[in-house]
Order: sequence, then structure tokens, then C-alpha cells
Amino acid sequence: MPDLDALLLARIQFAFTVSFHFIFPAFSIGLASYLMVLEGLWLKTGQQRYLDLFKFWLKIFAVAFAMGVVSGIVMSYQFGTNWAVFSDKAGPVIGPLMAYEVLTAFFLEAGFLGVMLFGMKKVGKRLHFAATCMVALGTFISAFWILSVNSWMHTPTGYEIAANGQFLPGPSWWDIVFNPSFPYRLLHTITAAYLTTAFVVGGVGAWHLLKDRTQPHARTMFSMAMWMAALVAPLQIVLGDLHGLNTLEHQPAKVMAMEGHYQSHPDGAPLILFGIPDSEAGTVRYAIEIPKASSLILKHDPDAPLDGLDTIPPEDHPPVGIVFWSFRIMVGIGMAMLALGMWSLFARWRGRLYESKGLHRAALVMAPSGFVAVLAGWITTEVGRQPWTIHGLLRTADSASPLDAPAVATSLAAFVVVYFAVFGAGVWYILRLMADGVQTGESGPSSGVAGPIRAAGITPAAQGMDAGDPREATETER
Amino acid sequence: MIDLPLVWAFLIAFSVFMYVVMDGFDLGIGVLFPTFAVGGERDSAMNSIAPVWDGNETWLVLGGGGLFAAFPLAYAIVMPATYPLIIAMLLGLVFRGVAFEFRWRDSAHRGFWDLAFAGGSLVAALSQGMILGALLQGIAVEDRAYAGSWWDWLTPYTLLTGLGTVAGYALLGSTWLVWKLEGAAQDHARRMAVRAAWATIALMGAVSLYNVVLRPEYAERWLSMPDLLWAAPIPFVTGLLAIALLRALAQGREAAPFGCSLGLFLTGMAGLGVTIFPHIVPPSVTIWDAAAPERSQSFMLIGVAITMPLILAYTAWAYWVFRGKVDQDGYH
Repeated sequence: MPDLDALLLARIQFAFTVSFHFIFPAFSIGLASYLMVLEGLWLKTGQQRYLDLFKFWLKIFAVAFAMGVVSGIVMSYQFGTNWAVFSDKAGPVIGPLMAYEVLTAFFLEAGFLGVMLFGMKKVGKRLHFAATCMVALGTFISAFWILSVNSWMHTPTGYEIAANGQFLPGPSWWDIVFNPSFPYRLLHTITAAYLTTAFVVGGVGAWHLLKDRTQPHARTMFSMAMWMAALVAPLQIVLGDLHGLNTLEHQPAKVMAMEGHYQSHPDGAPLILFGIPDSEAGTVRYAIEIPKASSLILKHDPDAPLDGLDTIPPEDHPPVGIVFWSFRIMVGIGMAMLALGMWSLFARWRGRLYESKGLHRAALVMAPSGFVAVLAGWITTEVGRQPWTIHGLLRTADSASPLDAPAVATSLAAFVVVYFAVFGAGVWYILRLMADGVQTGESGPSSGVAGPIRAAGITPAAQGMDAGDPREATETER
Repeated sequence: MIDLPLVWAFLIAFSVFMYVVMDGFDLGIGVLFPTFAVGGERDSAMNSIAPVWDGNETWLVLGGGGLFAAFPLAYAIVMPATYPLIIAMLLGLVFRGVAFEFRWRDSAHRGFWDLAFAGGSLVAALSQGMILGALLQGIAVEDRAYAGSWWDWLTPYTLLTGLGTVAGYALLGSTWLVWKLEGAAQDHARRMAVRAAWATIALMGAVSLYNVVLRPEYAERWLSMPDLLWAAPIPFVTGLLAIALLRALAQGREAAPFGCSLGLFLTGMAGLGVTIFPHIVPPSVTIWDAAAPERSQSFMLIGVAITMPLILAYTAWAYWVFRGKVDQDGYH
């Protein structure tokens, strides 16, 4: 067993690299679907604005996707480098699911990405649209498998334990893939990715509306994004509630930490809105509570008894403070998203969707909120699972590789420096593309004539169009 | 009854081979990138692989993921044993991968991202070669875990395999560019290919000879009957391919040098297979020791049987879409 410092460093490294990684798929899952919708609308209606928007978001997608790919490869190897005991023990069960992710998702995305980015003139509209659909499908299938793996670690089912301590698959793979928390986690996460993307798209639309509220592309983006906010934010809150109830059933200690319930409440547990958890004393200080509301939410009965962490052995407690706060950040943002969605509906009804500067400013501020919510939600579920890697069966402390602390410290430092530098640059490029805005009048693949026609007042394309990038060239050549 | 671990050993070897030759030419272009002229030559070289590099790199994930799934014990031993190399490779691939996009997005810093592309490719190639060397020279194992120190991987032998891999990737990259480019850039690629060919041949020979003295069981596999009978053709064919490669380059052929380079990698892989088999982690862990249970391996085999023909088909289609010569404005 590795020493404690090496274990802690390995945990920090995993948390750091997976958090950074997760930002990109959380965006590209939604964006791939959005691109599919935009290209589909263009094919169906023939309207130039959809093609313009498609090409605009495609450039951003390419940068985000590249960062997702390279940070994802790190994850696929980090199981072995830093969590070798876990890999050896769990490999027979979760390894095949990850292999299916590669076979059914990664190859699909990567194989069709080249055509999606560079091939519109070569393959024509319809095949190109098919490639876009395949990339979008790939992002979804990828989420399916990796969330199945993750869910199995939370709610393991369908396994047997061998004499050498390995987890082996039982007779039914269905029981492993569709473990109890998987459907909830999958829906909650996919919906979160869609919302995250919608708020980014809405924020970019709002930014350009604030500069020019007649800008047609900004109007289209903003309207589409606000429909998503209004329709999907409430759905997400329902899904989150269902996921929470599932967690209460299978990982009650996590819900106790989320709720700040150190003590059991035999006749109705209060909902602690805010407070400062003190795990030493086993109490939430300065708590603002709604009596019996927690029992009402979790048990649909205000007087239902709810167990607290006092029923769980101390060595099995998750870190309450982190989970308590990350959960509140996630829920708070979810509520703010719902509020913005409702506001947009009201503005739309009053015919002021493109006029209300207050709404546009709020949407701009909320643009990155999805990322914060997704990370906060992820921290809630992952930290809430501690001290286990496979819930109830394999402890985190027993999962790590036999590495020396200096080795892990060095790699962690390298990851921190490289990720901030490289992905910082990438995020900066994305922001710059977003600020440049949509290039109008880009010719479609089969129009055959004419270079770009630019409307007056639009930023010239030159800034984002360096000679040499074949994607840009397709619009001007011939 | 099928010997599933044997089937999976071949499948992992196939993934590794696909990765090595496909990302090999991407990484090789990265290694040679600084020798190409700023502007048209570099843009053309980059454009020749921009549509396919991501698919090529996916074979690395299949190799790693497949190892995790089919031989979890091997994965759990090799990764910690080569920890600094794996981390260096991953960080190299980060720089290499983002450079494809970033160099177009930031013309003011294009020189920096070109350097990141070249440096990342070099580090990744060198690390991969050294990981191979570290595996071949043997890994200390006790009680299902790596039992060596975290510098065991650094030896003259691993440096040799690292350099050999860099040279081999440079050969793949330069011959790919001979095929894909025209004019001055193609001439430059051809000159580089000749140098890389000599370096690859020399280093392949050196590694092969070193292998015979590296471990006694390797010498036995190569030098005793009956193994010798099916091992002997490998160096013979390798020699023929090397001659054909040099002739094709001298004659100014376009596609043949790349084909011969692929052939060299195939015989190189076959040679490594003879050396290491039946171990997956020499000297103590065989493919059967490390294998996941039958249920895991057969479940995945179904997936491979269904998806692999499709993967190969649409990958081939993507290459077909981007066939022919390329220049600084992309594919024609």
C-alpha cells in the first residue's frame, strides 16, 4: 500500500485532470447536437443563417473537441498509472465497458470528425450531414458507456468476487451496464451537457445582441438557447430530484452529507438551506432551516424519519463540508437557470426577447454557469462516494498504485502547469472566436460560385481566417 | 474451445500495430516539422494529416483500453512501472494534439505552436519507444504489483529502443509526405526519408542484436530449433524490404516508400512478437496469467467482431475522401 502522501497526491491529480477534462465533453456533447440541428435546419429550409451559424460553431467545436480528446487520453491511462490496484481488481468488469466506449464511440467521433471539419466540399451536403450526425451520436454513446462505468462504481451490481480479490462479471452483463444509478446519472448528465451548451450559446447571442440587437445570427442563437433554457431547466430539476432519490436508496451517506444531516431525525428532518458544517462537532452551525422539508422532499412525507450520519461508522463518512457546499452551488445555479428560462418566456410573450437589455446581460453573466454547475454536481457525487472507489467494496486508500510520493508530486505539478497553459490558451481562442462573431454569407458547398459576401458592419473574416486552414479555404476557393 | 487470451493478445498487438503505423506517421511529421520551411511547406504537411490524426490516435486508446479490459493485470503492472514515461507521453500528446487547431487560431504565436507540435511529437515518440524497451527488458513483479523502483525503465537498451522508434516514425512521416506532397516540399521529404531510412535500419538492427543478449529466453526463442524455423524469415524479409525502400526512394517513387516503411514496421512487430511471446510482461507474467476471465473477454470479442469491420470501413472511407495530393489550402 502506498504511503498517505502519495495517495493524497494521486487523488488530487485525478480530481484535477478529470475536472479539466469534463469541462470539454460537457460542452461538446451539447454542441455536437446543436451543430446537427443547425445543419439539419439549413438542409431543410435552405436558409443561409443556419449555415453561417453552423460554420461559426464548428470552428469553436473543433478547438473544444481537440482539448477533450487530448485530456481524455490522459484519463484512459491514469487508471493504470495511479490506480493500479483498482485497475487490476475492477478491470474484468469495467474494462470491457470502456473498450466498448472506444469501439462504438471514439472511433465513430474521430472517424467522421475529419469529414465534418474539412470534407463538406468533398462529400456533398447529405453525406456531410450524415458525418455530423455520426459525431453527435458518438458523443452520446461515449457518455452512455463511461457513465455506466462510473455508475457501476457507485452502485455495483452483477459482479462476483474471485479468490484473488478481483471483481468478475456475473452471468448477465445487463445487470452490470444497467446498474441501479445508471439511468438517472445518464439522463441527468446528458441534460446538464445540453443546458451547459445552451447557456454558452445564449451568452454568445446575448453578447452580440447587446452590441447590435438587430443582428440576425445573434437573434437566432439567443432565441434557440432561451427555448432550451425554458424547457430543459425545469426538466433537469425533476431529473436531479429523481437522481437524488435514487442516491438516497443506494448511497444514503452521500445524501446525509448533501443535506448536512449529522443527526438522525425520527419525526421529520429539516431542510438546511445554509449553514457551516462542522464535522468535528457533528453539527451544522448557523443553520437556516425549514422544518420537516427535507423529509417532505426525500420521503414525500413531512413526518417521515430520516437517518443521519450518526448511523454510519465514522470511517465510512464522506467529507461533509465539500459535498454540502458543492450541492448547494449546483442547486443554486439550477434555480437561476430556471429563472432565466422563465424570464425569457415572459420577454418572448411580451415581444421583447431581442430588446430586453437586462435579459441579455443576465444571459451573458450566466454563460459559464453550466460549467460551474456540472463541476459542482460532479464533485457532489464523487466526493460523496468517498471513502470508496467501488461503493461499499473497495476503499480509495486500497486502490492506488505503488508509487513514491515524489513521482506523483512531479507529475501533478506537470499536469497543473501544462493544463493551465495549454487549455487556458484554448479557452482564450474560443472566447476570441465567440467575440469575433458569425461571418455572414458564407457560401455553401454546392453554390459553386463567388467568394464570401460580407454585410456591412461585420468584423472582417481575416482575423479568424488565416490562410492555409483548409476549412477557411473551402469558402473562397473556386 | 477458442484460446481467448491468445485471440486477445493478437487483437491488442493489432491495435498497437495500427496505432504505431497510423499515429507513427503523424508523430514522425511532428518530429521532422522544424526542418520544413515556415509557411507553405509546414501548412501542407499539417493539412495532410489534419483530417485523420484524431482517428489515428484513437488506436492508442483502444490499445490501452483493450489492455485494461483483456489483461488488467498487465495494465496494472506496466503503467506504474513506466510511470514517468507514460506521463511524458500523455503530456507530449497534449501539446501535439492541440497544436493542430491552435496554430490556425493564433497566427501571432504560430511559431510557438509549431514548436509545441514538434516537441510534443518527439517526446511522445521517444516515450513510446522507451516504454516498449522497458517492457522487453523485463519488469519486476511481486504479488500482482510492480515491485521495482521508479527509475528502472532508464537503461541504455530503452534509450536505444526510444531512438529507434523516433527514427522509425520519422521514416513513416517522411515517406507519407513523399506520397502526399509535391514540388520542393516533396523533395525535402524525400531527402529526410533517406536519412530516416538509414537510421531506422541501423537502429532496428542494433535492437534486434541487443534482444538476443537481453534475456536468455529471448536468445532461445531466436536461436534454437524449432522456433528458429518460423523466426528466421523475419530478418530475411526485413532485409529485403529495407533494400526495396532505399531503391524506391532513389528512383523517386511516390507511394512505394511508404508501403515499404509499413512493411518494415510489420516485420519489426512480428520480430517483437517472437521475442516476447508468450509473455505479456516479461519475465514472469504470461498472457494467460494476466487474462481477464472468459466472460469479460468473450463479451468484448462480440463487440470487436461487430464493430471492427465497420471501424475499418469508415476509417478507409475517411482516408478515401482525403485521398490524393495536398497543399497549403488543403486537399484537392
